[in-house]
Amino acid sequence: MYEQDDLVYDSRRPILPSDHTRPTTERDWIKRTLIGIAIVFMLAVIVLPLVLVFVEAFRKGAGEYFSTFGDPQSQAAIRLTLLVAAIAVPLNLVFGVAAAWCVAKFEFPGKAFLTTLIDLPFSVSPVVSGMVYVLLFGAQGFLHPWIKGTNIEIIFAVPGIVLATIFVTFPFIARELIPLMQDQGNGDEEAALSLGANGWQVFWRVTLPNIKWGLLYGVLLCNARAMGEFGAVSVVSGHIRGKTTTMPLDIEILYNEYNFAAAFAVASLLALLALVTLIVKTILEFRYGDELAGTRKH
Amino acid sequence: MDIRVQNVLKQFSRYPALNDVSLDIRSGELIALLGPSGSGKTTLLRLIAGLETPTAGRIFFGDDDASSKTVQQRNVGFVFQAYALFRNMTVLENISFGLKVRPRATRPPRAEIRKRAMELLDLVQLSGLHDRFPQQLSGGQRQRVALARALAIEPRVLLLDEPFGALDAQVRKELRKWLREIHDKTGHTTVFVTHDQEEALELADRLVVMSQGKIEQVGTPDEVYDRPDNPFVFNFIGESSNLPVEIDNGEVWVGGRAVGLGAGDTPKGAAQLFFRPHDVELVNEGAALAGVVAASRRVGGTRRVELEIGGDAQRIEIDLPFDHPAGDKTRIAFRPKRWRLFSTAR
Amino acid sequence: MVVSPAHPAKAGWTFVKPSVVPGFGLTFGYTLLYLSLIVLIPIIGLFLKAAQVPLEDIVRIATAPRTLNALRVSFGASFIAALVNIVFGLIVAWVLVRYKFPGRRLMDAVVDLPFALPTAVAGIALSTLYAPKGWIGWLVSANGPLHLGWKIAYTPTGIVIALIFIGLPFVVRTVQPVLEEFEAELEEAAATLGANRWQTISMVILPRLMPAILTGFSLAFARAVGEYGSVIFIAGNLPNVSEIAPVLIVIKLEEFDQAGAAVIAGIMLVIAFVMLFVINLIQAWARRRFGDV
Repeated sequence: MYEQDDLVYDSRRPILPSDHTRPTTERDWIKRTLIGIAIVFMLAVIVLPLVLVFVEAFRKGAGEYFSTFGDPQSQAAIRLTLLVAAIAVPLNLVFGVAAAWCVAKFEFPGKAFLTTLIDLPFSVSPVVSGMVYVLLFGAQGFLHPWIKGTNIEIIFAVPGIVLATIFVTFPFIARELIPLMQDQGNGDEEAALSLGANGWQVFWRVTLPNIKWGLLYGVLLCNARAMGEFGAVSVVSGHIRGKTTTMPLDIEILYNEYNFAAAFAVASLLALLALVTLIVKTILEFRYGDELAGTRKH
Repeated sequence: MDIRVQNVLKQFSRYPALNDVSLDIRSGELIALLGPSGSGKTTLLRLIAGLETPTAGRIFFGDDDASSKTVQQRNVGFVFQAYALFRNMTVLENISFGLKVRPRATRPPRAEIRKRAMELLDLVQLSGLHDRFPQQLSGGQRQRVALARALAIEPRVLLLDEPFGALDAQVRKELRKWLREIHDKTGHTTVFVTHDQEEALELADRLVVMSQGKIEQVGTPDEVYDRPDNPFVFNFIGESSNLPVEIDNGEVWVGGRAVGLGAGDTPKGAAQLFFRPHDVELVNEGAALAGVVAASRRVGGTRRVELEIGGDAQRIEIDLPFDHPAGDKTRIAFRPKRWRLFSTAR
Repeated sequence: MVVSPAHPAKAGWTFVKPSVVPGFGLTFGYTLLYLSLIVLIPIIGLFLKAAQVPLEDIVRIATAPRTLNALRVSFGASFIAALVNIVFGLIVAWVLVRYKFPGRRLMDAVVDLPFALPTAVAGIALSTLYAPKGWIGWLVSANGPLHLGWKIAYTPTGIVIALIFIGLPFVVRTVQPVLEEFEAELEEAAATLGANRWQTISMVILPRLMPAILTGFSLAFARAVGEYGSVIFIAGNLPNVSEIAPVLIVIKLEEFDQAGAAVIAGIMLVIAFVMLFVINLIQAWARRRFGDV
């Protein structure tokens, strides 16, 4: 990228890793020490836990590992997790696109408040996120009288789990799209409109292609969190095995029953999901970095 | 402190940024490194400072071989193009930084540091602004702080990289004069990089004209302007017109006719004739360069006339007083008063 | 925002600034509806619940030793973890931006793992890793080769470890871009003025990173205070010792003590809000002081 600068030396450019012979860098032993500290720290805090998940999952052999997934309760947990994600992610996808469209393309009073509201789940404890639904629909909840007569169950049932998951995960797609669409401005859309396209045509043919990688990235993050959410779901689930336990809750139950191999086997699936998310994210950033504005912050 | 650059070569990953450059800088002089971008002038400055290490060659400060010294040990005052002021420090803290970071043994006491910094602030005419932060200053003021900061360490040599590059024309002119005054007052050996020839001609004792990693010519502003060593320098410094000519019989020929200019010792054969557009006289008779007026426009106090000369209609420019009657003619004959010939014969 | 000259602003006040781009009504309406259903109504419910609790009950719940201890553990551990993350996050960001070494890209990618890995998975993994018989737990235990006698899992230290795990990416990802854009000229200026490397780093570079470090700190801290999943497995959850506030909320809910849960949640929100507000003030000051010209 800086080949041109080889000739015209621009000292205001950032220092690159390849600059290690420059006078404004540390001595080699300091470099090595710092790299060593960073590696040891990353190993101890982040890499080893991940490795351990797979080691523990296969500790009793592949047979034991796969037998976990033959267990009906674990199967039910996997099915429920997929179901919850299949409901929550599309809903949040539509919301994320709509919210990003109105926030990024228009100026209106209260916009800052709206974006703060969108960020809210990031700053609220997941436990509290689940709790608000218990307070609303639980036995002493405000809306409990409304649903008492009907057959609808929300708390300690699947709808509550879906609601809590939606609450915790709805910011992800909007947060990814808003800075991206703000950066891109309205120029393309205005050009398309001036050429006679209608609103939907503009969205499908102009906006969507512009934001597709950012959108994919947001969906990935949203999905990873939806499948992995623990605190909020734990509060509303009631932990009825085979009925209201998602995979993370299944992990907790198995772990607390000292069934470590099974707990880590289920955990390994979620860890794999996290790895795939990370890999796709890294590829997206590497290949479409320009089309993923603001990906550095979550 | 005189500086000797000896056969310095600097290679960035692929291109040689400097190719076997040698230069003697005299103690106390104000010298300009002038050249287009990519000429290697900033690289040369950074090599002198120790911000780059030469691939080959050596640099002496006096009799001291500076090549092996780090930038910290060289004790140079460097003023960066964008000033590089520390914005987390006040003006006073910026200026005293170089004294504060000295090892305890050579560090002056606090009061002394403050006193010296205040004196420097006076020198750069910014007294009273010591508590400001850099972002609260104008561009010109920042430039002065950067200079004061560089002077605070009592440098052996002062190096400035495009010192006025980021300023608007008016401030630039003022600061130019002021830098000259400061230089005369403090007597530091000063090297500055610029791509602005007017700045270099006005300010410097000597110019180093560079292009493509090489020094083209070193000399006083008058020498470089009046006796350019080569076509590049003639072209680069000041206005110039040039014309392909033939040399024969010690005379200059254009389109098969002698034009009344002596060829000196330029060898017979093809050559380029260079002259300054304003340095011409119109003639009515005798051998001369003659051409058809192709375009003519008024530029301030002069009229710039574009002439087509010879059978292949080479275009050159000459300047006339704007009210000169010749401005209305369709054909003009002239002779340069001063000219240079560069042989292109192989 | 670009306003097409073909559509001059209409006279008078309009809610949305006029634009040729369509779809404001639809998207704004949908956004509001969705937010109201998912966020606003439940949050209002929370406040109504808290408002129903008599003041003496609030005081009683708030001043109960178990509540106070849980809050102390939560905020204390979060604070320590965020501090640790500043130090190591800075080192990791520095190494990633400044040095070239094998595995750099991998390390860069791995930094985001805590964002992607479900907290329950992180929880059981960290717990097993730092348990007395776990790989690292054994290494630092009295029985280990180092004879350190440290106990990490099932103690407050374990809580800190889990909170370091989830907070690290916040610090790295806020410091990294600032470091990437840091002008080499400033470091060179310090060097020409005779500053050694340490002086340059401590007097020139670190002050400029301060706003980003503070932002990273507050993000990591805010996340840590509410964290539940990764902590409960490693914490031991001993009341008054290693019980964090979110665990206490869950316990209250399981005991059908909704008032107690709401009060503790309210206190957590208020304290977190005040702390973030203070940090924001410091940050605003730092930005004024060290910010961009």
